Amino acid sequence: MTLLRLLLLAGLVLGAARALALIETYEFSKPELEARYQQLSEELRCPKCQNQNIADSNAPIAQDLRKLLHQQLEQGASDEEILDYMVARYGEFVRYRPRFGGSAVALWLAPVLLFIAGIAVVLLTLRSRAKTTAAGTAALSAEEQARLRALLEKVERDS
Amino acid sequence: MGHRLKLFLPLILFTLLAITLFRGLSLDPSEMPSALIDRPLPAFSLPALGQARTLTEVDVLGQVALLNVWATWCVSCRVEHPYLKQLADQGIPIFGINYKDDDAAAQRWLDELGNPYRFNIADREGSLGLDLGVYGAPETYLLDAKGVVRYRHVGVVDENVWRTVLEPLYRELTTQGSAP
Amino acid sequence: MIPEIGHFALIIALCLALILALVPAWGAWRGNRVAMALAPSLAIGLLVFIGISFSCLSVAFLQDDFSVKLVASHSNSLLPPIYKFSAVWGNHEGSLVLWALILSLWTAAVAVFSSQLPLLVLSRVLAVMGAIAVGFLSFSLLTSNPFARTLPGAPADGSDLNPLLQDPGLIIHPPLLYMGYVGFSVAFSFAIAALLGGRLDASWARWSRPWTNIAWAFLSLGIMLGSWWAYYELGWGGWWFWDPVENASFMPWLAGTALIHSLAATEKRGLFKSWTVLLAIFAFSLSLLGTFLVRSGVLTSVHAFATDPARGMFILVFLAIVVGGSLTLYAVRAPAVSSRVTFAWVSRESLLLCNNVVFLVAVLTVLFGTLFPLIVDALGQGKVSVGPPYFNAVFVPLMALLIPVMGLGPVSRWKSDAVSRWRHELAIPAVLAVLCGVTLPLLHAPYNVWVALAVLLSSWLVLGLARDVWQRLRSRPGVARGRGRLTPGYIGMLIAHLGFATSVIGIVATSQYSIEHDLKMSPGESQVLAGYEFRFVALTQVRGANFLADEARFEVTRDGVSVAAMTPQKRRYLASGQVMTEAAIDAGLFRDLYVAMGEPVGDSGAWAMRLHYKPLVRWMWLGAILMAVGAFTAVLDQRYRRHRAPVHGSSEVALHGA
Repeated sequence: MTLLRLLLLAGLVLGAARALALIETYEFSKPELEARYQQLSEELRCPKCQNQNIADSNAPIAQDLRKLLHQQLEQGASDEEILDYMVARYGEFVRYRPRFGGSAVALWLAPVLLFIAGIAVVLLTLRSRAKTTAAGTAALSAEEQARLRALLEKVERDS
Repeated sequence: MGHRLKLFLPLILFTLLAITLFRGLSLDPSEMPSALIDRPLPAFSLPALGQARTLTEVDVLGQVALLNVWATWCVSCRVEHPYLKQLADQGIPIFGINYKDDDAAAQRWLDELGNPYRFNIADREGSLGLDLGVYGAPETYLLDAKGVVRYRHVGVVDENVWRTVLEPLYRELTTQGSAP
Repeated sequence: MIPEIGHFALIIALCLALILALVPAWGAWRGNRVAMALAPSLAIGLLVFIGISFSCLSVAFLQDDFSVKLVASHSNSLLPPIYKFSAVWGNHEGSLVLWALILSLWTAAVAVFSSQLPLLVLSRVLAVMGAIAVGFLSFSLLTSNPFARTLPGAPADGSDLNPLLQDPGLIIHPPLLYMGYVGFSVAFSFAIAALLGGRLDASWARWSRPWTNIAWAFLSLGIMLGSWWAYYELGWGGWWFWDPVENASFMPWLAGTALIHSLAATEKRGLFKSWTVLLAIFAFSLSLLGTFLVRSGVLTSVHAFATDPARGMFILVFLAIVVGGSLTLYAVRAPAVSSRVTFAWVSRESLLLCNNVVFLVAVLTVLFGTLFPLIVDALGQGKVSVGPPYFNAVFVPLMALLIPVMGLGPVSRWKSDAVSRWRHELAIPAVLAVLCGVTLPLLHAPYNVWVALAVLLSSWLVLGLARDVWQRLRSRPGVARGRGRLTPGYIGMLIAHLGFATSVIGIVATSQYSIEHDLKMSPGESQVLAGYEFRFVALTQVRGANFLADEARFEVTRDGVSVAAMTPQKRRYLASGQVMTEAAIDAGLFRDLYVAMGEPVGDSGAWAMRLHYKPLVRWMWLGAILMAVGAFTAVLDQRYRRHRAPVHGSSEVALHGA
């Protein structure tokens, strides 16, 4: 019932004048194409706008690119092929997810390297701090250690 | 000593950042070089405006030329038009792409304001524009004799733009072309 | 006349700020009590004069004084009065005056509420804040004078405030945001004062904490409002774009979160001192960097003010002096304030260390991603874009890694703890969390693995907290005495962490489960989306105060029961001619319904419509509100309010020993 309505609407849309400016009503032959359309239109940058993807922009060029995206998806192009097509004409600028290569290698590696550096910092700091603790408590007898623990727990509860 | 160095690390990183930001102040983030620089003009097959023939990429070969993207709905194109006429009168070859426009309106415009173009490619759907990476009008491409894109200027071409950017490159390509 | 008074007041304020920056600092250096004692009065004087200046600017806007350039370019006689007032900060020049006003508010607050601070410390703190005020006031007066006039020949009417800004969001979002940004200057000033004095003890942390928590709370609210505003105003149903200006507000928040936790360790155990100082410098530096990014034109953004590289240069120099100076001071003086307190591998300190590190990695990642296009361009490597796909891919996993640690935190003990104890305390919450993660998402088809993971992690947090609360309540005989263990500090932490868990669920659920449909509809037609039927009833024309609109009336039903009437509009503002979409939102605790109008299709009254179903989207913002409430609650803790008479002995020592 809903599908029929959608198809009817699609018929109306395709026949309508090209007055659709902002929210176009593209019809897709397969539901996963619509999902890919939504995802890719958020990944492609509008070449003219102040930092908007083509999904959110109502600039003429954004509309053209959305139409092109729809066409390419219906023709069966893969995500990579579509992105390469856009990049060949508008440059790397038009991708919001930088391709892993060239200067963008630094961008993708940076979080990983930072994280590893972070782990290193944690481990090194713990090592230097923990050494003294071990040395300190070893000097206490078992009974003293028990008393110490009880005292510490009391302080914990009171804080 | 190593510990001291570690403390200076934030300052060093900040200095690098400050230098980058300083450099950034003289850059224009919205300026976008064409993706087609040093690549041939894409293949196309479109009607000529006001003529009964079909134009292809072969028709622009043979000389260094300007390829100007314009439309009647583009206000800046009207501003740019007189200067293009001047350049055409000086003998600079200019070809036009009438971008996503109406043929009749375009023809009227040229009749009214004069025609600086050797010919006009009627790109009604904007397909050639898409292949070129056009994102608005006016834009002007500089092609060499072999039809390779050498430069793109976004915006109005006026005296200043011609003298400082386009003319030097035009002269260079022309002498290159004629050298053995 | 009034704009001139405002201008003059601003100049006086600059002079006062200069004196505040120099004299008490000199007094602290030389041990001159008279010079130091000037600081609080100067701070209050600063507030008075900037207040006068701001009032004059507001009056100019409210009285439609179009001879003032700023009013002419950002206001209009048809504008509702409340927007005339908020138009004061809806532009670059006016927002700087707001910045200065809020800075003077914080400075005066520190001056008034710090009776137990030794004068030596107070004078240094206020001097640093005065120096910051000098920077902003001179920036305003020298490059961005808000009181510039066009005389003679004032325009008859103004160009109107950008319609996107004619919204309650403008009234509160910038002030809250600035309260946060500027608030971090207090922590910054305390840090600088400590470095200058060469002393940083637990009392320093106790003084800094309330100020930092309040600033962080305001920033959380400011960011949350920005997100909510974008959601209902822009018409796309989006709530975060990782836009450079948004990142400029998010980075101080991330650094601030690390700071408030690091301060806890410094106050309780006297460690992480140089971490804390560095984080305080970092958080405020990011605030200043944000100011730079928004106003210099270095990065493209929909949010940026009208940009000007000349102004950018000024801020950059200011940034270089403040941040470069403070980092140099840090590099030279940090060893004087660091500590050699120890703790075990398994302890609350080590968890807080992990927290510090994760947030630092997060903020550096966001910073690098935001600046990457600029770096690449500056190196001549062309133009690239870094957007949401990148940031989501790197940021989300980091937060996911943080949450297990976050769950352990409240339960853990200081200095030395045991994994076996953690296992014992948290075994049940862990198992229950896994159960929740596996079963709860079944409530909403289709089953989504990311939502399951998010539910698991959030349940882990919530259940761990619940377990800890129970433990505390029953560890003493009688519930009443047990409740005494629930201090405002603890309850604040509880609420804030709960807020975080709520936000996580909201963000993941809405990202994964949202359904969006663009289609053409004519009056009389209906569409079903996620079990709700949207019926387009009628299209009418509506007139507002300064706009004309096409309004579509929708009736939404579910299983035949009426749910809501929604009226999206397409407005044309009379003064500027700008067209704007006003989306209709049916807000709910568990889902939002969202309808926006596109363009008319043909002439038969049909329009392209966007329909959204967004489950749990409000939880994201509710979580942020909870985080702010938690921070405010923590500030109410007794230990910050105990009015101690200044101990004379220590102030003598402070004078001579530092």
